[in-house]
Amino acid sequence: MDLTAPVLTGYGIWAPVAWLAAFVAATIVVYLLWKTGESSYKKGTEQGRPYLSGNAEPEKGAVHIRASNLYWGFLQALKGYYDAIVPIHTGVLTDYMIWFVAVTAMLLVVIGVLS
Amino acid sequence: MLWNLPFITVVVLTFIGIVTVLMKKNIIKILLGINILESAVNLFLVSLGYREGGVAPIFTLAPSELMVLPTPQALTLTSIVIGVATSALVLSFAMVLKKKYGTVDINEIRRLQG
Amino acid sequence: MTFVDFIVTNAPALLVAIPLFAAFTIPAVGKISAAARNLWVMGTMLLTAAVAFILAFRVFSTGTVIYVFGAAAANLAVPLDSGGIPIRIIFTVDAMSAFMDVICAIVGTSVLLYSLSSESRNTNLEGYYALYLLMITGVFGMVSTGDFFNFFVFLEILSLASAGIIAYRIDGGLAVEAALKYFILSTLGAILVLFAIGIYYGQYDALNIAMIAQRMQFSMLDKIALVFLVAALAMKCGAVPMHFWTPDAYSMAPSSATAFLVVASQASLYGLFRVVFTMYNMTMNCATVGWIIIILGVLSMVIGVTMAIPQKDIKRLMAYHAVSQTGYMLLGVGVGLAVLGNTTLTSAYGFMAMEGGIFHIFNHAMYKGLLFLTAGAIFYRIGTRDLNKMGGLGHTMKYTMIFFIIGALAIAGIPPFNGFASKLMIYESVYLFNPIFAIIAMVVSILTLASFVKVFHSVFMGPQLPEYADVKEAPLPMLIGMGILAAIVILFGLFPQPVVDMLVAPAANALANQGGYIASVLGGA
Repeated sequence: MDLTAPVLTGYGIWAPVAWLAAFVAATIVVYLLWKTGESSYKKGTEQGRPYLSGNAEPEKGAVHIRASNLYWGFLQALKGYYDAIVPIHTGVLTDYMIWFVAVTAMLLVVIGVLS
Repeated sequence: MLWNLPFITVVVLTFIGIVTVLMKKNIIKILLGINILESAVNLFLVSLGYREGGVAPIFTLAPSELMVLPTPQALTLTSIVIGVATSALVLSFAMVLKKKYGTVDINEIRRLQG
Repeated sequence: MTFVDFIVTNAPALLVAIPLFAAFTIPAVGKISAAARNLWVMGTMLLTAAVAFILAFRVFSTGTVIYVFGAAAANLAVPLDSGGIPIRIIFTVDAMSAFMDVICAIVGTSVLLYSLSSESRNTNLEGYYALYLLMITGVFGMVSTGDFFNFFVFLEILSLASAGIIAYRIDGGLAVEAALKYFILSTLGAILVLFAIGIYYGQYDALNIAMIAQRMQFSMLDKIALVFLVAALAMKCGAVPMHFWTPDAYSMAPSSATAFLVVASQASLYGLFRVVFTMYNMTMNCATVGWIIIILGVLSMVIGVTMAIPQKDIKRLMAYHAVSQTGYMLLGVGVGLAVLGNTTLTSAYGFMAMEGGIFHIFNHAMYKGLLFLTAGAIFYRIGTRDLNKMGGLGHTMKYTMIFFIIGALAIAGIPPFNGFASKLMIYESVYLFNPIFAIIAMVVSILTLASFVKVFHSVFMGPQLPEYADVKEAPLPMLIGMGILAAIVILFGLFPQPVVDMLVAPAANALANQGGYIASVLGGA
């Protein structure tokens, strides 16, 4: 058994070990390039402190961007879709059971009558 | 026609059960609807197993010819046992919900949504 | 007969008997001491997993194993005086069943290892572990049985135990609400399954899956039974639009149990595939049923992932991703089913799509289990699941963060993790079937990545928050439990082809080859 054999997908191949080798090689090149740079960072000086145009740094909790603020634009752009889809998840068990029974009935029509 | 009476009963019971489950809002009434559905399916299984003039498969004192295979009865017994477990679990859920939410109305038990 | 021989011969029965016995003895063992109880549970789980591996090895090396309860010989499926009907309860473990057994054994063991530590702060653990072992019993039983009524019984054992474990930490009633929704829907589904069993018994006088498959006529009654089974099992595995219980149940269950609930859902998925492939196969209109499964799959993918993005509860978000990933499996296997009758198309891409879908079951169980375990570790340390309250945990929970990254990249299908291998197989084969579905699948993967970037940012990134300044790394057993799954995610990502050759291709073959299943039970019929 060949451990490193590529996956044949019927369309192309996927050889993760070769991919990983390429990835490691690229990483080494990047590291070498980075290594040639000049280090100007001095630990324990003013350099390490946050600088907000001279204003006082807010407390840590206020700096962190919380989860609800992420993807605001995405949700806003798809507002119509979300306004339609979220209310369906009503949390009422009866609705869930109606969905189940309705899908069963629909399948009965599709499989029982049409096919 | 009379031969089909058990199966007609099954259909009627199923219908009653589904309507109860879908229309009632009280958890305990929903459970009763589920119990009616379970009775329907149990009746269905038992009716399938009925053979006219069949001999019960009890070996002592039975005539030694063909006997009825008791599988549907065994299935029904198992299904009844599972039904009891179901009822017990749902009733205990209803008790806890009544204690914590103060209601058994399914319309008000919807803090998880979206 | 030596002990090893005994285990090998009776492996299918022991798979169910060991956890069942241990589950009911836990309360007694728990009276001795907590350590004895933990040892008892862990020993049971390791033994069961070992039996599962032995059985799987036997199945993959020598073919389908059948085990008849109470027969003179374990492989005597049809008693000589029964008129050709296999009346006894039978376990038929073919490659697909063995595949699911392996998944259940791996996830079951690592989750249990994890829960020894994650649940240790709670009281009343005897009941928790008893329910957990009952879930293990249910899954092993469902995937191993060759008797359809038995399938129903194990389905119900699994539903009851899962509902119990979801409601276990009452959590102000929220967990009970989730369990109630899950359980009432499950019970409705189980009633449909029982109706279908009655229909089969009335027509074919048999409960044995192979016997039903052999006698299958696809009459009107069979169509009704098929609809009942497809609807009930698709609901149980969380396909849209019957997925509503999934986020509730997954988010409110104890974190460790959630990881196993994923496997429990996949046992229902296995049941669905078993019904359409083994029981009906070519007798039904494969294209129609295949398209139904494809549509359910595509809906699950899209709605699952779009509903996940705005979620604020970390476990609820992951639960919606579980719905979305189930869609990939349904899509892959549905494509395989839709072209089942056509040999050219099947060899061109149908079989590859099935392999991709089945491989994805394995991968999903691993990385989704891993993600739920990391969510559990975060909850264990900071006591909230609300993403808005989290931040900066990467400073202190480094290993958890690494495991989270591995899981998140795997679920998003980023190379070289295992999710990529199976998703690539699905993309490329589905592209040949219908390009639109492949494009949808890729877009869904991108959205998956996007939503995990959100989770990663809001949980681990940012400055160390003052309220979490003294948060420590998760305890070692939890890290080991996550580590096992993470190692498998990486290994299967780096060496996918051996896995496909050894596990996935035989499983897909076993599903597609109905005649082989029937012959292994009824003998060259």
